[in-house]
Amino acid sequence: MEGNSGVGKTISEKILGAHSGSETTAGEIVIAELDYMMAQDGTAPLAIRSFEGMEGNAVARPERVALCIDHNAPSPLRSVSELHAIMREFAMKYGLELNDVGEGVCHQVMLDKAHVVPGSLVIGADSHTCTYGAVNAFATGVGSTDMAAGMLSGSLWFRVPETIKVTVGGTLPAGVFAKDIALMMVGDITADGATYMALEIGGEAISGLDLDGRLAISNLAVEMGAKAGLMEADEKTLEFFEGRAGREFEPVSPDPDAVYAREIEYDVSELEPQVARPHTVDNVTAVGQVEGTPVSEGLIGTCTNGRLADLRAAAEILKGRKVAPGVRLIVAPASREVMLKALAEGLIEVFTEAGGAVMCPGCASCVGTHQGIPGDGENVISTANRNFKGRMGNPEAFIYLASPATVAASCVEGKIADPRRYA
Amino acid sequence: MVIRGRAHRFGDDINTDYIISGRHKFKTLDMDELACHVMEDLDPGFYERCQEGDFIVAGKNFGCGSSREQAPLALKHAGVAGVLAESFARIYFRNSINNGLLALVCDTSQIKDGDELEIDVEEGIIRDMTFGLEVKSSPLPKVMLDILEEGGLVEYMKKHGRLSLEPDGA
Ligand code: SF4
Repeated sequence: MEGNSGVGKTISEKILGAHSGSETTAGEIVIAELDYMMAQDGTAPLAIRSFEGMEGNAVARPERVALCIDHNAPSPLRSVSELHAIMREFAMKYGLELNDVGEGVCHQVMLDKAHVVPGSLVIGADSHTCTYGAVNAFATGVGSTDMAAGMLSGSLWFRVPETIKVTVGGTLPAGVFAKDIALMMVGDITADGATYMALEIGGEAISGLDLDGRLAISNLAVEMGAKAGLMEADEKTLEFFEGRAGREFEPVSPDPDAVYAREIEYDVSELEPQVARPHTVDNVTAVGQVEGTPVSEGLIGTCTNGRLADLRAAAEILKGRKVAPGVRLIVAPASREVMLKALAEGLIEVFTEAGGAVMCPGCASCVGTHQGIPGDGENVISTANRNFKGRMGNPEAFIYLASPATVAASCVEGKIADPRRYA
Repeated sequence: MVIRGRAHRFGDDINTDYIISGRHKFKTLDMDELACHVMEDLDPGFYERCQEGDFIVAGKNFGCGSSREQAPLALKHAGVAGVLAESFARIYFRNSINNGLLALVCDTSQIKDGDELEIDVEEGIIRDMTFGLEVKSSPLPKVMLDILEEGGLVEYMKKHGRLSLEPDGA
């Protein structure tokens, strides 16, 4: 790999460099010290087994590890309960933070508790760990055994990624949201267009978004194959961490002469609501192309769109309206904090009165283990990030992905609907 | 090391949900049980047809999607000796090597379902005995070769305690 030392650095090169005590350039392999690591109930049991296989007798920095029970919570099966028990026992034994049933989706919990801060290096045994790129952390998903190696030694090897710079210009029209930008990007860059690479996402439209919206965009970075979906920290980022972060941090910006593998520019001033059709996330089209498709289930929640801004956008449409007959609307706030704020704002009441079913904070039906597995031949419209065949637990179902507003409008009409009519 | 087996052909973007569905993987840590369900949403008879030592041959972006390490583990327990693909999603790629399951990046376009393959792992040469074709795979970074050599990351960490870019010198 050709080196370019002596010239400007990307965010990835800087963060990985600072954590490995070396000047790094894309393409190099480094061993870097981890600021934080996380595993959830789908990956932690295996990480624990790997950790035990490594015959370590201590977690290197227990205060930097959190385990979350969110994917299958509360447990729907006896066998799952046993896996959860393994996690509780391990957390107790090694002094790790355990976020039990009801705390929320692992990624939102990591943010709510400010375990992730700007400039930090974080791994999570979950592919959507890239979400925290929105708050300027180099955060990437790993598997269970890498997580175990991280717990044992406090560090991990990384290949410093090349970076694609994405500039999103313009101002979003009414009824069009961050999720629509994210889907547009996945449709354009495609499912493997950024494999092994980092994205640096910025521009006027990104600055204009609240943090919740930015997180939805970084969340989908992995759906383009990216290792990280990074944004710079600004006042909104710092405001979020004020009084929340228990430690010092330093945001990282790219050098003006940083070297990029590719640069992409978008203008979202005329963007329409976007929908990803079954069975791939990059099968994206404007809502008009699929309007009228009947839906049996709607899901509002997940680590993509289960935050307060998302629930507000959905509630705005659902307020005083009813979910169409024959449609199930499932709502799962992303975390306990989000749930409490949504309660205080009366959003939970809106969903319940509209005929929705509000779940405990967590992944809900996103990954097909419980809480809303669709029936054969049914169409689902969801705010999640994946629509693979079988993803929600039934390979005979069809999943469409969209913004919370599009999902809400579609649930009201019983068919895929354009939310701009409600804006 | 030279290994031989039959090719099972798959397309592009084979995600980890297809390799092992979430509805199975969350239930158990028993990999032999998970192995019975490997690829079932995509190719229901796969587990029955797969012989010990066979290869999966795929297009680009193999293993995209969830970070589930159960994907390479279930493949390994189903008898799969390795996966050849045009490219891999990065988490899968790491997971595969961490579990000692071969993952080779090469031009797979000419390899057909059922072809007999012979792979020289050290040299990175893939021979399609049915088609009479030879392709070279891209080399793995040294740290990955070291992990493979130890039989996976668990064994590596057990022996070395931490990762090093020069494990022999450490
Ligand atoms: S909400 Fe869905 S995508 Fe997010 S962590 Fe949970 S299962 Fe994964």
